[in-house]
Amino acid sequence: MTALDGRDVAGPEEEPEARTLASIDEVGALAVLRRGVAASPELQKGLWGTAVMALAVAGSKLLLPLSIQLILDLGLGPDGVRFSWVLVVSLVSAVLVLGSVFLGRATYFRLVCMAENVLMGLRVRTFAHLHRLSLADHTAARKGVLTARVTSDVETLTKFAQWGAIAWIINLFQIAGVLLVMAFYSWQLTLLTVAVHLPLIPMLRRMQRSQLKAYDRLRTRVSDTMGVISEAVMGMTTVRGYGYRKATKEAIHEAVDEQYQQQMRAARYFSLVMPTTDIFGVMAIASVVGAGVWWGGSWGLSSGELIAFIFLVNLLLNPITELGEVLDQTQTALAGWWKILDVLDTPVEISENLTGPALPVGPLSVEARGVEFAYREGGRVLHGIDVDLPAGTSVAVVGETGSGKTTFVKLMARLADPTAGCLLVGGVDLRQMATADRQSAVRMVPQDGFLFDSSVGENIRFGRPEASLDEVEAAIDVLGLRPWVNGLVEGLATPVGERGESLSVGERQLVALARAQLANPGLLILDEATSAVDPETETTLERALERLAAGRTTLSVAHRLSTAERADLVLVFDRGNLVEQGPHEVLKDAGGIYQGLYASWLGNTREDD
Amino acid sequence: MAHILAAMGANVFAVAVVGFTIVIGRVTDEVILPGLSGEGPAVSGRTVLSGMAALGIVGLVRGLSIMVRRWFNMMAVARTQRTWRQSLTDRYLDAPMSFHWERPAGQLLAHADADVEVATSMLMPLAFSVSVVALIVVSLISLLVVHPLFALVALVLFPTLAVLNRRFTKSIEAPAARAQAEVGRVSSIAHESLDGVLVVKTLGRQDQEVARFAEAAAALREERIAVGRLRANYSPVIYSLPNLGILALLLVGTWLFSQGAVTLGEMVRAMALFSILSLPMEILGFLFQMIPQSVVAQDRINKVLAVDPESTVVGGEVGSAIVDFVGLSFAYPTDGPQAPLVLENLSLHIDPGETVALVGSTGAGKSTLVALLAALMPPTEGQVLLGGVDVQDLGSEGTAAVVAPVFQETFLFADSVRQNLTLGRDIPEGELQRVLALVEAERFVSEMPQGIDTVVGERGVTLSGGQRQRLAIARGLLRRPKVLVLDDATSAVDPTIEAAILANLRAHGGRTLLVVAHRLATIRLADRVLFLEGGRIAAQGTHEELLAVPAYAALAQAYEKAGS
Repeated sequence: MTALDGRDVAGPEEEPEARTLASIDEVGALAVLRRGVAASPELQKGLWGTAVMALAVAGSKLLLPLSIQLILDLGLGPDGVRFSWVLVVSLVSAVLVLGSVFLGRATYFRLVCMAENVLMGLRVRTFAHLHRLSLADHTAARKGVLTARVTSDVETLTKFAQWGAIAWIINLFQIAGVLLVMAFYSWQLTLLTVAVHLPLIPMLRRMQRSQLKAYDRLRTRVSDTMGVISEAVMGMTTVRGYGYRKATKEAIHEAVDEQYQQQMRAARYFSLVMPTTDIFGVMAIASVVGAGVWWGGSWGLSSGELIAFIFLVNLLLNPITELGEVLDQTQTALAGWWKILDVLDTPVEISENLTGPALPVGPLSVEARGVEFAYREGGRVLHGIDVDLPAGTSVAVVGETGSGKTTFVKLMARLADPTAGCLLVGGVDLRQMATADRQSAVRMVPQDGFLFDSSVGENIRFGRPEASLDEVEAAIDVLGLRPWVNGLVEGLATPVGERGESLSVGERQLVALARAQLANPGLLILDEATSAVDPETETTLERALERLAAGRTTLSVAHRLSTAERADLVLVFDRGNLVEQGPHEVLKDAGGIYQGLYASWLGNTREDD
Repeated sequence: MAHILAAMGANVFAVAVVGFTIVIGRVTDEVILPGLSGEGPAVSGRTVLSGMAALGIVGLVRGLSIMVRRWFNMMAVARTQRTWRQSLTDRYLDAPMSFHWERPAGQLLAHADADVEVATSMLMPLAFSVSVVALIVVSLISLLVVHPLFALVALVLFPTLAVLNRRFTKSIEAPAARAQAEVGRVSSIAHESLDGVLVVKTLGRQDQEVARFAEAAAALREERIAVGRLRANYSPVIYSLPNLGILALLLVGTWLFSQGAVTLGEMVRAMALFSILSLPMEILGFLFQMIPQSVVAQDRINKVLAVDPESTVVGGEVGSAIVDFVGLSFAYPTDGPQAPLVLENLSLHIDPGETVALVGSTGAGKSTLVALLAALMPPTEGQVLLGGVDVQDLGSEGTAAVVAPVFQETFLFADSVRQNLTLGRDIPEGELQRVLALVEAERFVSEMPQGIDTVVGERGVTLSGGQRQRLAIARGLLRRPKVLVLDDATSAVDPTIEAAILANLRAHGGRTLLVVAHRLATIRLADRVLFLEGGRIAAQGTHEELLAVPAYAALAQAYEKAGS
């Protein structure tokens, strides 16, 4: 299903990601990084300064083993205790440690600011880009996906920026620094340390991968459990009204139990990974001690150096474990980043114009010349539509589900551009019309009365933000909505709730009509609601529609016979073609598709009137 | 059991950690120093090997004890979660319907998911704190044995570290919560704005939307940076403190060494202990911040468990399908003691096989009447009798055997069409097909990819509202109810099909039919129309007779308009 044509075109069920490369392996992490850095100017600012600072912070972690070695070998050596030396080394070391506190603070803060600036820039740019894309890109199937780009995908990146990215920098520096100092003491023992740790790397990778998979499966289990519970809760009346309670309980218990089983499977890795690294570290220490004592004398190794080595091995363990964990996080983050960049790379098809030819005042004529439309994926939904509607006509567009009627009127509002042919409103090609002109002259009232979480008055004013309160009041009076507004708890200040859900469907449509009235368009496009409206609101709505339509060209997607009957002209769509056009009185006996539609309407609603 | 094993693992861990530092100290004194002193007798190969073996064994024990502790900790937590989830959801199913009216579905899901998670999150730190306390005690003893001055350094350092950690976790709580709230705001703006993209485009509001989003994103950045600043302030201090402690140890140790009070090995042992102890202290501070939330979550769970289950007595047999409402009054208990009456002293008799239409404007009490008939809730006053038996005595299960209610909001399980129809009972294929034909659903079901075994719902085929309603009616019919109640259950069905279904139902009659209707075609089919107004029956008779009642005529006219 697609948003552009909610009911008319059945699109592919799954989200088509045609332009996204199947996996980022194909482009490589470096390509993502390059493209990402290019897309975020915030990232390039002060990068090198931060890197140097991070290097210094990592270096400060080596202070302790160094001091231990210096004190043990030179302060407490066989020549007796040299207090002054011990004091000097400890004090210098303490000063440096204190210095590293301030340096660490500044570095970390710089990293955080940089990351947050990058993320915010990326988020806002992507959001702005999404709003510039044509409605053809905002299909219903993709809606959730697109929203995820500026929410969860950016959050994934945030998590990475807060921990993973910083861990990469500091840990790599730390490992390199530790190995360097080790090699300075004894290259033989350094090689030994590396050799003992080598088997750990593939082991850790495998365990962490399995752990990731296990947690992934656990998440599936959790959503399964929630699915079953949610079904039971939502369908509680059915469950009870049909004596289905016991089976439901059993189903929930089973799901909860399966979740538990998977939880314990994941726990296996949780209990294995950390201690395994720990054991490897101990083995490295034992081997270093053995080899160091046995051969160290001949290598010129001192006892202080060997003891410092033990502390150095300890400094390796944390970065190794952390990097292992970060590696997978990095892959996820890069994949997320790639997805966001992909949105930014989606071309904007609707170009906006600052200026354009002047439009006539009052009702506007409408012409379509050879209009075709096809979605990016999937077939053509409109084939060569030609139509000429004089200014001031009221037109009803009818057709079966999937006929293309809604797509046609949406093109009129320039929610997407035709793939071939052109549309003229007031004699001006929509693509040449100045954006501001189009927004005031062509107004569409969509089927779903979507309101923003604000007040009724504010939502009406969205129709023309510069309108004064008097103008809003005037629009309400013109449409005869005064009694309705007065009936609201707080009048125009009444909050409408999220998506306008505090109001009924019919009331939301009233707000949408008032919005359109405020803009005073020459061409009014209406997508009639199919859902039932309570009878009381229905009467108000109908009168308001009538008054709004007066003196304008109107194009209504009609689901009701009465709309078609009242229209000057009826356009009948069938499978993407305009098959009939003419007044209702003519078409109803013409023996075409319209006659069939009319008969079924008649048969159903007016049985024996 | 898992708790005990976990605690045992924790104690072994504490001893192994301290034991490892003792081994390091002794290896220093007996292996490293003599081995690398350059002069004197070099150590024997045996000594070196036994030193290595000691390190290896104690290290292995330490690693294994961590595994045991983690595994059984996790098991204890997971088992508690399983138990709580199961008893919570059992309660959802057994609590009276009013329980569900008072709580949105999202809240009940949150109880079973996040609340259980958070409530059990304090089990982990509790078990972990056992091991940390053990670790601290054993460490202090170990340091005291070496020299009281070393223990003193520890007594200055570690409480400072604990206080700092506590202050850090406390100070970060509020900004972290604010940042989380900002994440919520950013995401709700994104959802709203992109959901309403059609309206945004038709109104040309893109720029305002971007500005609104950018403002929220900037607020989020500020909160995140505030959190980052706190972390930047604390974490280098927390990281560096143990290092300063070790430098102090070196100074004190040098003096003690010159006095001959400690050996170099004992100094190394103390330093190793210091470098190991800082990590558990850090983790502990982090874990303890969860306890207040955990208590709150547990409180929420306990509130649900404290709800009394509704009585599920299954009483008498129902002989005939006579429906009697006797002096029925109802007020929603959730609206408080002064709640307005939705139904007021309503009495009504319906004969078996009769088709009755309930008509009335919103709030007239139609759906309440249906819910009372299905025994989904007890009446405030009066009785609902089925064949002379009070439905309250039958219970919702007993009533379900006689009355099949079908609601406007159809509910289909994410399962096959067959499972949705049978709800697990054994129903012959012929019967299924016959009923599907009655509700005009035979065709579309057979055209589905796997026919009647096609999975519908979230992960399966999406059905239109009308198709869903037809399946719901079929589900009701398959129970062979004496009374079928359609509560606006055909609102989304195409009018032609609706008329056909109702004609089928009447033709294959024998059951009592109660229909809440909005369409004139449906209303006209009824033997009797009940016109409800303000919780009372304002008038009853055939549709034509009732047209003489002005209020009814006005409503009928509105229905006709809405339908055209």
